[in-house]
Amino acid sequence: MDFRGGRNVVLAAAVVAALALFPLVAGKFGIDLVTKIMIFAVLALSLELLVGQTGLVCFGQAAFFGIGAYAVVLATPQYQAVSIFWLAPLAVACATLYALFVGSLVLRTRGVYFIMVTLAFAQMAYYVFHDTPLGRGTDGVYLYVRPSAEVFGVTLVNFEKPVSLYYVALAALVATFAFLAVLLRSRFGRALAGIKANEQRMRAAGFSTYAYKLAAFTLSGAIAGFAGVLFAVKDAFVNPELLAWHLSGSLLVMIILGGLGRLWGAVIGAFAYALLQEFFQSQAIFGDLAKHWLLGLGLTIIAMVALLPEGLAGLPAAVSRRLARKPARSAGGNA
Amino acid sequence: MEFGTFLVQCLNALQYGLLLFLVASGLTLIFGIMGVINLAHGSFYMIGAYMAYALAPFVAKWTGGGFFATLAVGLVLSVALGYVLEWAFYSFLYEREHLQQVLMTYGLILVFEELRSILVGNDVHGVKAPDWLAGSIPLGDLMTYPVYRLFISAVCVALAAAMYLVLTRTRLGMMIRAGATNREMVQSLGVDIQFLYRVVFAAGVALAVFAGMIAAPVSSVYPGMGSQVLIICFVVVVIGGIGSVRGALFAALLIGLVDTFGKVVFPHAAGVLVYVMMALILLWKPDGLFKAG
Repeated sequence: MDFRGGRNVVLAAAVVAALALFPLVAGKFGIDLVTKIMIFAVLALSLELLVGQTGLVCFGQAAFFGIGAYAVVLATPQYQAVSIFWLAPLAVACATLYALFVGSLVLRTRGVYFIMVTLAFAQMAYYVFHDTPLGRGTDGVYLYVRPSAEVFGVTLVNFEKPVSLYYVALAALVATFAFLAVLLRSRFGRALAGIKANEQRMRAAGFSTYAYKLAAFTLSGAIAGFAGVLFAVKDAFVNPELLAWHLSGSLLVMIILGGLGRLWGAVIGAFAYALLQEFFQSQAIFGDLAKHWLLGLGLTIIAMVALLPEGLAGLPAAVSRRLARKPARSAGGNA
Repeated sequence: MEFGTFLVQCLNALQYGLLLFLVASGLTLIFGIMGVINLAHGSFYMIGAYMAYALAPFVAKWTGGGFFATLAVGLVLSVALGYVLEWAFYSFLYEREHLQQVLMTYGLILVFEELRSILVGNDVHGVKAPDWLAGSIPLGDLMTYPVYRLFISAVCVALAAAMYLVLTRTRLGMMIRAGATNREMVQSLGVDIQFLYRVVFAAGVALAVFAGMIAAPVSSVYPGMGSQVLIICFVVVVIGGIGSVRGALFAALLIGLVDTFGKVVFPHAAGVLVYVMMALILLWKPDGLFKAG
């Protein structure tokens, strides 16, 4: 649905090309930052599938992300590289199974219950890694050896190199975006849009809406788990905070900031959120207050809800609406 | 388990459950009546606990009074806070989607947490219980039980009873219940619904702040205490049924029991048990045990 016009394809190609050329000009810090943002963009896309496309406000997306990340670290023996080609499917499978379990329960509820229950189940996963021996403690676990990516003895990607990681993250983002764009144009995606607009009518039209919603929830969990794999490989460290509800909240902020209902809104949101964070954390601008950067973020969120309910992606529309309204009003005043 | 230990754990469970009820009842009332999902409710509990810690020196200087004067000052401040917050941030959320309410109140949490960090700092603090409540009473031959925890339970029971009387026996309570059922009808009958909402919201904030203040001597005061309470309160509200004060009381006591005895029987899985219980209850009754009424 995002590739309808030729203009959008050109725009998307230009953005991908710019991202692909970025490491040539950027330093180590820039590459690291944009890698992280792109991983979070994949995660934000997974949430957009639920919130923006299906109308299910999930407040526990961090759990699937954290489970994917933890699975990578816990499945790797201490001093031996494991092939990414079985590590990644294993980790994604863990996240998918948990999403299937949670989804089958939470989709029995709706509205505000759904929000609270997804949050509660994410918190349950958080406590599993926070309290039980499985999670190996609150301080987190290091991944001593990053996975290998060998096919018939040829190393495809060296995950120890930041630039390789950057391109892996970029490829993952493009692939996820393209997959979701195609999926949403399929019959399945149309059904999700129908559920978002009017679930009762979809049921009356003969769709088993529970199955569709469960499929969307599980798929969303799988993509979030995939983002978790990328994150674990990049940082080589996981801790229970990856599953904490602050991340789930930040993700919601990202997709709203970018604008709901549009896939590229989630990507814009991930970048905008990271830039906001860098801005409020900048010692040069805020001095001692930079420590308390969440204060600025909180005030921004409040202002955004009050003034810009459609997000940044809705900004052009909001501006043109305002511009269109003004001359009309003055013309009316003259007449 | 010995009988003495068992009794102590029962009292602990009761005290924890009742305290949860104070916070959760405000949350469920605000949702049931105003239709607003308020993530910042845990922050009010946190604000209460920090008030008990930070206001004490000022109150002592002005009035020379101790813990109870601090409680009174805190209550007055919390009602004012609730009233102003409703006017400034919540009053335009009623017509918005849940998602926008989630975001707005999430933003408020961040603001409250950072203001707390700027004003009071990030250290853990203890709060002293008043002297005449500081002792312990003997239970059996070996065990003792702190008087202050009994005091918390008693205060919570008294407040729960008062809430029940207000909601079922007074004109205000009647308007609140009617407002929860049909907003437009109540409005057309000449009730100022805006004022009613403001009262309910201020009362909800005051309950959470009060719970934080009386819990401070037991739980101590630490960053992050708000979000911990908030999520458990969500579980209380989900189990009890949204909007149901009776359900909140039942669910809070149930969670108090499961959590307290879970820590004794399965120390590693204690954090998870409450959520497992919620999952089971959702399987059985997706709308909670007591549907709003």
